[in-house]
Amino acid sequence: MGEVPRARDVAETPAFTPVNLITGFLGSGKTTLLKRLLQSPSLADTAVLINEFGEVGLDHELLERIDENMVLLQSGCLCCTIRGELAQSIRDLHERRARGDVPAFRRLIIESTGLADPLPILTTITADPVLRHHFRLGLVVTTVDAVNGRSQLDVQPESVKQAAVADRLIVTKTDLATATATGLLVARLQRLNPLAPLTLSSDDMIEPGSLFGHDLFDVDRKSDEVQRWFESERKALAASTQRHLNAGDHHHDHGHHKHDPNRHGDDIEAMALTFDQPIDWIAFGLWLSMLLNRHGEQILRVKGILAIEGEPAPVAVHAVQHLVHAPVHLKTWPNADRRTRIVFICKGLNADDIRRSFAAFVLKSGGGTKSIAVIAETAGHVSDP
Amino acid sequence: MCALCGVIGGNDHWTDPVARDGVYVRGGSPSDRRRERTRRISEANQILRLFALTLDDWQGSAYVLRTLTGKTEIIDNLAALWPMAERIAGRPIDPLDSSILERLEQADG
Repeated sequence: MGEVPRARDVAETPAFTPVNLITGFLGSGKTTLLKRLLQSPSLADTAVLINEFGEVGLDHELLERIDENMVLLQSGCLCCTIRGELAQSIRDLHERRARGDVPAFRRLIIESTGLADPLPILTTITADPVLRHHFRLGLVVTTVDAVNGRSQLDVQPESVKQAAVADRLIVTKTDLATATATGLLVARLQRLNPLAPLTLSSDDMIEPGSLFGHDLFDVDRKSDEVQRWFESERKALAASTQRHLNAGDHHHDHGHHKHDPNRHGDDIEAMALTFDQPIDWIAFGLWLSMLLNRHGEQILRVKGILAIEGEPAPVAVHAVQHLVHAPVHLKTWPNADRRTRIVFICKGLNADDIRRSFAAFVLKSGGGTKSIAVIAETAGHVSDP
Repeated sequence: MCALCGVIGGNDHWTDPVARDGVYVRGGSPSDRRRERTRRISEANQILRLFALTLDDWQGSAYVLRTLTGKTEIIDNLAALWPMAERIAGRPIDPLDSSILERLEQADG
C-alpha cells in the first residue's frame, strides 16, 4: 500500500473529482481487482467507497462503507433516482477533505454490490445538488467472471446491464476457466459492448491509469479515448463478421444482419450510425433527449463523435440510459475519418427505427445527405456462437 | 430545479452551458446565448406541434409549455421538457413512433 500524503493543501484537489465505479456480478472479483490496483502508487490519493466488506480484505487508508438507501422521489423522473446513503457518504468525504480531516484525495472509486444497477449510482453524482459541483463521472469498470460469466449473462439481467454500461471490461478468474470458456465469454462480451476495451485479469499489465484515468476529461488522453471506443467496436465487428463468414452466414444486405432465430440471445444489439455531413447540435440534443426519455431503459449505452455544423473540431457525447454525460469538445479529430459516428447499445430496439427517426428529426430536409449507413448493425444480437 | 421532482438545482440539461474545462458549450456571449435559446425553442416547437403543444420562453430563465386547451406548465430547463410534455399531452412522445415519422417524412417531401 502506497503512502498517502496527509493534509494536502485543499487547493490541490481537482475542481471536479472524478468518480469511478467498479461493478460486476456477485463473486466476479471486484474487490480482488480493487485490492490489487490499490497497491499501485498511482492510486495512492484515491478514496474508496464500498457497499459491503466481503471476504477479500481491503486495506486502504481512505476506505469507507456505505449502506444502500435508494431514493426515488415521489412523481420523480428517472434521472432523479438517487442513492441517498451514497450521496451522503460522498458529501461527508468531501467535507472532511475540505476540513483537512482526510487526505486530499484526487479520485473516488465506488465498488457497487454485485446486484446493483449501475445507473442510480451514476445519477447520484450528476443529480445531487452538491456533488455535481464537486465531482464528475469517470470510467465504469465491470468485472465478469470467466467461470460463471456466461451463465450469469443468461439468467441475470443485472449482469448484462453491468457489462453493457462498462467503459472497461475485465474478465476475471481466467486461471480457473478453460481457454474455450474464456474465449466464448470474451466473444460474447465484445458483441454485447463493442465499445469497451476488454482485458483479462491475468494480464499483469493492467495499468490503473488506463482503467480509471484515461477518460474524456483527461485533457491529454480524451482523443485517445474516443478513438478507443471505435477501435474496440471495429474489432468486435470484424470478429463478428468473421464468425458469420465461418458459419456460412454471409447473407448481408447492405450490412443488415440476418439473425438466426434458433440462437438464444439477450436481445441486445450494438448498432452504429454514420453521417457524412455535419449535424445540427440543437436538433440532435432535442432528438436524443426525446429518445432517451421514452426508451432510456432500453438504450444501455450511447457513444458518439459528432461533426457539428459550424464547429471545426468534433464533440464527443456519451450516455448511460437516461443519463447523458456533459458533451466534450475535442481539440482534433482522433483520425482521418471526419464523419459523425454514433454507436448505440440497445435492448429490444430496432436499428432501422433509430436510423429513420434520426433522419426525420435531425437531418430533416437539406440538413444532411441522408446517406445514413447502419454499419452492419455491428455485433447483432448477443448470444453464444 | 427539476420541475418533476422538486430537486433544487439538480437537473440541468446536458446541452446547457457548464463551467467545466473541456465541456462543449454553445453561446459564449449573452447575445449568442439568447440566439441559441431562441433557436432551441423554435426547434422544440417543430416537434411539439405534432402533439398539439407549444413552448415559449419565460423571461429568459424558464420555459412555458402549453396545450391547445390552455393547460400550462413552467419548466426550468429542457431536462424536464419531454417528461412534462408527455404528462400534459396525456400520451407518449415517442420519436420511434412510425405514424409520427411518416408525418415528418411527408412534410419533408
